[in-house]
Amino acid sequence: MHHEELTAEQARDLRALAGAIIPPSRDYGVPGADDELIFNDILRSLERDHGDIRRALAQLAALAGGAFADLGPERRTEVAATFREIGGAPLAALVRVVLLCYYRDDRVMRSLGQEPRPPFPKGHVVEQGDWSLLDPVRARPPMYRVVK
Amino acid sequence: MEARLFGDFAVSPNRRARPTDYPINDANSPIKVVNFNGVGGSTIMYTAHFPRLHPSDFKVRTLDGVADDWPVDYATLEPFFAENDRMMGVSGLAGDPAYPPKQPPMPPLPLGKSGTRFGKAMNQLGWHWWPSDSTIATTDYEGRARCINLGHCTPGCAQGAKASTDITYWPHAIRAGVELRTLCRVREITVDEHGMTTGVVYYDAEGKEQFQPAEVVILACNGVGTPRLMLNSVSARFPNGIANSSGLVGRNLMFHPYALTYGYVDEPLDGNHGPPLCLWSQEFYETDPKRDFVRGYTFQFSRGVGAIFEAIVSSQAGRLPWGEDHHRVYRKLLNHRIGLSAICEDLPEEHNRVTLDPDLKDSSGIPAPRIDYTISANSLKMMQHGIARAKEVLAAAGAGDICVESPILNGGWHLLGTARMGTDPERSVVNEWGRCHDVKNLFIVDGSIWVTSGGVNPTSTIQALALYIADSIKQRLANLFD
Repeated sequence: MHHEELTAEQARDLRALAGAIIPPSRDYGVPGADDELIFNDILRSLERDHGDIRRALAQLAALAGGAFADLGPERRTEVAATFREIGGAPLAALVRVVLLCYYRDDRVMRSLGQEPRPPFPKGHVVEQGDWSLLDPVRARPPMYRVVK
Repeated sequence: MEARLFGDFAVSPNRRARPTDYPINDANSPIKVVNFNGVGGSTIMYTAHFPRLHPSDFKVRTLDGVADDWPVDYATLEPFFAENDRMMGVSGLAGDPAYPPKQPPMPPLPLGKSGTRFGKAMNQLGWHWWPSDSTIATTDYEGRARCINLGHCTPGCAQGAKASTDITYWPHAIRAGVELRTLCRVREITVDEHGMTTGVVYYDAEGKEQFQPAEVVILACNGVGTPRLMLNSVSARFPNGIANSSGLVGRNLMFHPYALTYGYVDEPLDGNHGPPLCLWSQEFYETDPKRDFVRGYTFQFSRGVGAIFEAIVSSQAGRLPWGEDHHRVYRKLLNHRIGLSAICEDLPEEHNRVTLDPDLKDSSGIPAPRIDYTISANSLKMMQHGIARAKEVLAAAGAGDICVESPILNGGWHLLGTARMGTDPERSVVNEWGRCHDVKNLFIVDGSIWVTSGGVNPTSTIQALALYIADSIKQRLANLFD
């Protein structure tokens, strides 16, 4: 398992940051990205971003002056905002993994009005639309240059 | 599948890094190379948008005084376009005033909510638009099931509705007796003392070096892979790479710089339900002397994007906040996106080139390609024009929060021009029917032989050219090497 390569402290910081990026919402009835199921998916999905994510977490710990997860809520928000402002490829990789795991969670999909299923084999319906909209274009003369 | 677009089905071979991929040093290019390596090649990883080049694209020197004319023309290729449309299975609508008459074998993809919105906007502006030719089957076709709008078309189609050559041409070739060897990687093309190729050296699926003798060698590795292989094929006769007496192998690399403009509307549209591209506009395709650039571009209209893609791109762009407000903002973005890209014609410039990287190698130890590329002043003006017009379209379509990505960073889908076609051996690599001037039993049938790029997705024309070259070989079998 890839997550064994993260130390316990790094995993704790990653989970705390995931929760700061996407907190749970009672209004929308969704978990945060630090939810156990989603976070386990994140840990399983680090794959080729492992190195970048470890670099991002080291940067986060430096900004926090220790473990990010041990900070109080207000300080966490401040450090997270600074981290985002600094940006960079390692942070982009970390955020990408958090978002791609969050937005494939069944509970989140349902809250967005999306069916939590793979597209195949049922597919989707896309309306044909009104083809008479093309009538003015059909009426145009040829517009390509004639080449002899 | 959407999540895998960021991993083992990423469009960039450097990110994807599958065992069949080779790395590309594209650090010195504002546009990164996109391809796919496997049976079916980059037709596995494409949107199935299938416009042809136009008649004027083959005569840019004559018509506009830039670059060079092609040694073939639209009329010569027309029967091969039609044959390829039948083989690949093209959906579309006859009657497009932007093209000479043609008859796609299947009806067009549905307009959907986003297409309807775009159609109304384009009519309001009085600009051309038309349903795209697409290699997505809209009816059951030659053993392929019709499209059921799975949405994730670019990395492949579980339904088999999207045509890729592994399910169109390859089954015919295998039935005709062609042996397909997978997981093999060619290192070099060999030549004899008469300057004729004798075959290729390759590594087989177990990594063992093999030699395959051949009477004729045909390259189809496209605009980066083909010059890479040719430059790696060094011999006493060809110290600068096989068939490279002109010095043009690897030069004149053309992408199509893409200028993407998109915005958000106040109602949910199609999102990623349905093929991503279904309309084009050729309103600004042909040269207009009133503009400050020559040549032109196609607009391709995007239906929408999926949940993961929207979240990642919007986060990277700073639109999607962290914290409490994340959920509210995300719900205003998801399925509300509407956008269009200008596919700009890139003119050939010799300094845009593919060479061999001195350090980077693939997993077989074969030197990898390096890209040195800049966007020309003409292309930049064209992109700016496209962005300004796209903003007008989006305003007419009722979109706000307009965003621009220009050029699309990971937008080097179209790899053209690096072994160009021509009648003069000093100014071209292959002749007018795809045979190398220097090596009379070596042929090239991919995007590298393009003389100019046009402003459309190239797959249709690459395939029509390949059929034309195959037919030319067949017609000349008795004196092929004269």
